[in-house]
Amino acid sequence: MDQFILQILNGLDKGSAYALIALGLTLIFGTLGVVNFAHGALFMLGAFVAVTVSRLLTLSHKVVDETRTDFLGNPLQVDVPYIYDLFGQTTGDAIIDWAVPISIVVAIPVMVLIGFAMERGLIKHFYKRPHADQILVTFGLAIVIQEIVKYFYGANPIPTPAPDAFIGSFDFGVILGFDPNQIIYPYWRLVYFFFSVFIIGAVFAFLQFTTFGMVVRAGMADRETVGILGIDIDKRFTVMFGIAAAVAGLAGVMYAPINSPNYHMGMDFLVLSFVVVVVGGMGSLPGAVAAGFMLGVLESFASMSQVIDILPGINQIIIYLVAIIILLTRPRGLMGRKGVMEE
Amino acid sequence: MSKSNFSRRGVLKTGMVASAGLALPQYLRADAHAGFTNAPGESEVILGFNVPQTGPYADEGADELRAYELAVEHLNGGGDGGMMPTFSSQALDGTGILGREVKYVTGDTQTKSDAARASARSMIEKDGAVMITGGSSSGVAVAVQALCQEAGIIFMAGLTHSNDTTGKDKRANGFRHFFNSYMSGAALAPVLEAAYGNSRKAYHLTADYNWGYTTEEAVRTSTEAMGWETVNTVLTPLTQTDFSSYIAPVLNSGADVLVLNHYGGNMVNSLTNAVQFGLREAQANGQNFEIVVPLYSRLMAKGAGANVKGIFGSTNWHWSLQDAGSQAFVRSFGTKYGFPPSQAAHTCYVQTLLYADAVTRAGSFNPCAVDEALEDFEFDGLGNGPTLYRGEDHQCFKDVLVVKGKENPDNEFDLLEIVEVTPAAQVTYPADHPQFAGGALGSCNPGA
Repeated sequence: MDQFILQILNGLDKGSAYALIALGLTLIFGTLGVVNFAHGALFMLGAFVAVTVSRLLTLSHKVVDETRTDFLGNPLQVDVPYIYDLFGQTTGDAIIDWAVPISIVVAIPVMVLIGFAMERGLIKHFYKRPHADQILVTFGLAIVIQEIVKYFYGANPIPTPAPDAFIGSFDFGVILGFDPNQIIYPYWRLVYFFFSVFIIGAVFAFLQFTTFGMVVRAGMADRETVGILGIDIDKRFTVMFGIAAAVAGLAGVMYAPINSPNYHMGMDFLVLSFVVVVVGGMGSLPGAVAAGFMLGVLESFASMSQVIDILPGINQIIIYLVAIIILLTRPRGLMGRKGVMEE
Repeated sequence: MSKSNFSRRGVLKTGMVASAGLALPQYLRADAHAGFTNAPGESEVILGFNVPQTGPYADEGADELRAYELAVEHLNGGGDGGMMPTFSSQALDGTGILGREVKYVTGDTQTKSDAARASARSMIEKDGAVMITGGSSSGVAVAVQALCQEAGIIFMAGLTHSNDTTGKDKRANGFRHFFNSYMSGAALAPVLEAAYGNSRKAYHLTADYNWGYTTEEAVRTSTEAMGWETVNTVLTPLTQTDFSSYIAPVLNSGADVLVLNHYGGNMVNSLTNAVQFGLREAQANGQNFEIVVPLYSRLMAKGAGANVKGIFGSTNWHWSLQDAGSQAFVRSFGTKYGFPPSQAAHTCYVQTLLYADAVTRAGSFNPCAVDEALEDFEFDGLGNGPTLYRGEDHQCFKDVLVVKGKENPDNEFDLLEIVEVTPAAQVTYPADHPQFAGGALGSCNPGA
């Protein structure tokens, strides 16, 4: 039972990342009809916003410490962050410690701007082109973004820790009445799960309860008619692209403490997220979210050694196996709409 | 009236033969003249540095390339000479190799076997490289080593730690200076016993590829021999990024030690996840729970940040060693680039010097002469104490470092502290040891 709960918890935080990325992918596909293979790169860029903010906060000047030596035996040059000069060491350390949450505030405008630039600068030229062209150009864009990030930040993972208050784990099992050490769960992963639920809720609320969202939903259902009514739906869809980029970016920012960001992390998630979108149903926002959590949990269960002992290799194929079964039984995915990508 | 001996057909035939000759790859022409592949001319010799310039190990590859450039500079008489003055052989004099200026070409392995073979082949066939060296993966090393054997080229392996490189996949034209999985296990076990006792229960997470298997086997065998019990071994996909579902069940599996047979990005993520799940502070079986990382790399340890603190592992070399050779290399590298070299940079630099020295002592670039000069060659002054290049499997036997993540690092490079320098004798094994079974060295191929 404890293993069962543990793997559900693990699956939920993994599923949170899948759901957030898949949500953005579906938003873009549902509004603009574009299959955006650069969406994983937006997730990665979000994580690197956290890295950049962390570096900016620790921007330092050198002070020579004559009592210590560097690796060459020269007097050690100690890095003193400028933030110490501005706020003192205690406050400065506290600000640096909270670099990742601070990055959320920075990431929203940065990612919206990147989304606008990507959509206006490149992707809008491919709206009327076949999906294959869109996939090729966005995949190429993802590689370009990756290489740019690698050029500036290197290929190695860069540690970007959570604030000290959220480092470590708590015994969830004891709360549920189990023996100690049965269900240990890291604080930050719980934060990540609730953050994802909040973002997903906010996106749904925005689409459901605002006039802007209503127009966007109408545009998703029948773009032409909305256009005939004199509404500039393209402009609204561009805004949605920016929002989708921000959602992916925020998912990346918050993911940075879970696994040290590297330039390739977007690609690691991209393929899985596409499977999530297809399983959820192309263009279906609730489908993407549900499939994200479902596949995250299934992946966790398939990684249990008891399961691998019975079905060796199942951990590597479970997501694709489930995708095949669902697409065979429900060709439009869990909540797919008729007519989407069927022309 | 004069009569010409040239017929139209004769001119055409001669032209075609001449064109075909010119179009032949350089190495075939060299064969015809010198009896071995890519025999260098009188003025220069070309070495091929095959390192990951793109992909996940690009930073490690960049450090390897820095070391190679430094080695070339020193061989050609530039800089401060690095380890050449401390190298026991003293055959190198800074005039290149056998009087020829050393030049180099580079290839990108991408840490993919097929890409690495393609770049090595290109350097051999188009650029005329007489020796190939480098790499940051055992899969690449084994693939390129086999290619070099077929082509009649010496391969001086870079960072490759799998037993198989000088075990079942060994080749007469290939040589490895870097240590291997068996040596990690043999060096780590006594240190782990002293630190954690001999009644421990270990849980292994192992990367699902060749290096992972040999490392798990080596560590398991060494730790079980001292009384540890292995409660579970789980293979993890090489592409895995989030290890939470593999880590979470560890704590209530009955184990009190987690061994992470992972390298590179896998190691950074699995160790980070293990620390997130509280394993470093946890208690199990009435003892502190412990984590072990059999193969450490400083560049990768940096990616895991503070998570490496207090965690044991092994490494081939570390910049903080105080012997004259290591100090000379760190000074030379650090002055040129502004930071200390990695273990990958060290092994690549040393391999280049060892190759140049072997050619000089043999008086020939012929791979079979180099083979003979390197086999059972004993040397010192290159950073790992007295070392033997064993003739039976072309593996170097030298001291191995057991290290631990430093609790209070002085600077960004000061991540690992040396806990013990395990003597070579303790990590030496017979050439027919079961972990190295299968395969045969064969005989050297000069490519003629």
